[in-house]
Amino acid sequence: MEKFTTHTGVGVPLRRSNVDTDQIIPAVYLKRVTRDGFEDGLFSAWRNDPSFVLNNEAYAAGSVLVAGPDFGTGSSREHAVWALQNYGFKAVISPRFADIFRGNSGKSGLVAAQVDEKVVQRLWDHLEQNPGATVTVDLESRTVRAGEGVDAIEDSFDIDDYTRWRLLEGLDDIGITLGNEADIASYELTRPSWKPATIHAG
Amino acid sequence: MGRTLSEKVWDEHVVRSKPGEPDLLFIDLHLIHEVTSPQAFEGLRMAGRTVRRPDLTLATEDHNVPTVDWDKPIADPVSRTQVETLRRNAEEFGVRLHPLGDIEQGIVHVVGPQLGLTQPGMTIVCGDSHTSTHGAFGAIAFGIGTSEVEHVLATQTLMQAKPKTMSVTINGSLPAGVTAKDMVLTLIAHTGTGGGQGYIVEYRGQAIEELSMEARMTVCNMSIEWGAKAGLIAPDQTTFDYIEGRPEAPKGADWDAAVAHWKSLVTDEDAEFDAEIVLDASTMTPFVTWGTNPGQGVPLGSAVPHPEEFEDAQDKVAAEKALQYMALEAGTPMREIKVDTVFVGSCTNGRIEDLRLAAAIIKGHKVDQDTRLLVVPGSVRVRLQAEQEGLDVVFKEAGAEWRGAGCSMCLGMNPDTLEPGERSASTSNRNFEGRQGKGGRTHLVSVPVAAATAIRGTLSSPADLSPVEPVETTN
Ligand code: SF4
Repeated sequence: MEKFTTHTGVGVPLRRSNVDTDQIIPAVYLKRVTRDGFEDGLFSAWRNDPSFVLNNEAYAAGSVLVAGPDFGTGSSREHAVWALQNYGFKAVISPRFADIFRGNSGKSGLVAAQVDEKVVQRLWDHLEQNPGATVTVDLESRTVRAGEGVDAIEDSFDIDDYTRWRLLEGLDDIGITLGNEADIASYELTRPSWKPATIHAG
Repeated sequence: MGRTLSEKVWDEHVVRSKPGEPDLLFIDLHLIHEVTSPQAFEGLRMAGRTVRRPDLTLATEDHNVPTVDWDKPIADPVSRTQVETLRRNAEEFGVRLHPLGDIEQGIVHVVGPQLGLTQPGMTIVCGDSHTSTHGAFGAIAFGIGTSEVEHVLATQTLMQAKPKTMSVTINGSLPAGVTAKDMVLTLIAHTGTGGGQGYIVEYRGQAIEELSMEARMTVCNMSIEWGAKAGLIAPDQTTFDYIEGRPEAPKGADWDAAVAHWKSLVTDEDAEFDAEIVLDASTMTPFVTWGTNPGQGVPLGSAVPHPEEFEDAQDKVAAEKALQYMALEAGTPMREIKVDTVFVGSCTNGRIEDLRLAAAIIKGHKVDQDTRLLVVPGSVRVRLQAEQEGLDVVFKEAGAEWRGAGCSMCLGMNPDTLEPGERSASTSNRNFEGRQGKGGRTHLVSVPVAAATAIRGTLSSPADLSPVEPVETTN
């Protein structure tokens, strides 16, 4: 995984709450067996609507998505994260993320930055008044920034310490866990014999 | 201080715990299907890793498989590739697979319990958010993404921060004709879709204890629809009776040892939850959704709400958008809503009890001439059992389509989908925009409501049906 320290890119105001993973990428697009190429399914139903934010030239090259609360609810499909990344998004800002989506983001290197609802409102207003304006997501200082001068927006965001550390270092979870293989092996020795198995010896 | 059920199960699975780090949890059972696993196996292959515990892993095909002509090659080439990829991966990595055509094939969350693999006190994961279903047995069960699938394949563990605990106590008894589905839809409308965020929830109270095992699965299945990490129910005699004698259940002395342990899996008297919700089952009624998330629901006897009724500004906007998408007028009585398709099936309501209930209501009636009824058993075993009991005949005589096992119209991924603008009453778990097919409009309902709706063509409960004429016999 690539290291993530800070990113500045065009902010996309998505004025919606409860953006579920079926909206981020509908099931028909989940049939690929690779991790790439999912950008064509991103928000596919909404992209038919000419007034949808990503159909506006100014936001089309966006890399920081600013969404309402309960972003990523629904299915566990990591394809939702891949679709956002394949499109070019590096970070999503929302007042509240669904658990599985947030977990998947952390594993794939997409920053899910949780901010106060008021910050999202201010970012939406700023990005709509200044189409194409950028937003900075600074993982080191855990801050989001946008705008300049008196109207500048700057606030902290939440992300758990462990995920932040892994993203900053670009570390792969499986490698870390296999470093503790001995713990797993000794745990396995203590499991009761009556626990079920799917394959039986002999 | 005492511990809650979920804390006991959690603690039993901690392989390694360090301050400032998530716990490393051992996983007792890893379920796999064709859609969320290909990239995980590919990751293993690229890193030269193996599956650590194939004996704790089970794969089946469910999401994108057709429910007709399942003995023929899958017509859609991309779906076929996905299924073939799973078969190749299972073979290469030594994973047990129940493919299309196998007697144990079916929806992953129907197959696990049916085989007796789902047992109390386990940790169970799957690359599917409705893994919460297995919590009905007193297991910690939750959905994971593909990177985590790869992590479990490689290590049989997962790194997880310990969630907070919540109790949902449902007192009283459900009135006749009101089901577990109505109960959970009522709960979600009460909490909103984010209400369970960050919690493992324990469902308890008289109404929960009175539910059958299959009805408990319906409740736990929808835990994710209000954002909970997992939902579980303390195991009791109902649980033990359901498991005993199943193919993978413990036998002999193992059974006794297992039950002795399972009986300890209850929340201690003096344990404290981080949050509590209390509801009364005796006031519940058939409950249906009008909007585009499972929290947007009302009693069947009421009307489509006005967006102004919502206090929260976001909820107001969400309601407006939902009404627009659903093409519904605020104030319309729910019972006047006409549906085109009724879907009975899915991991929420596709088990044998669901089909028995549907058949009992439909028997002697005909499906409305403008409505299509699709009955899709959750697994091949459920299908065979239903056929043994003659339920398929009841459905077919009423004019319903009797299908093969799979996820079917629960998600728009296989040939069973809604047409744009089509409206369904569905016993599944999600009414998101386009969930059952692009432009499709979904009302989530219980099995009795689905059955009655199929007959009348508008959202209905069995109480709305005219009595069946006694069949005349010739001798
Ligand atoms: S039936 Fe629906 S919810 Fe259940 S596993 Fe299949 S797609 Fe997921």
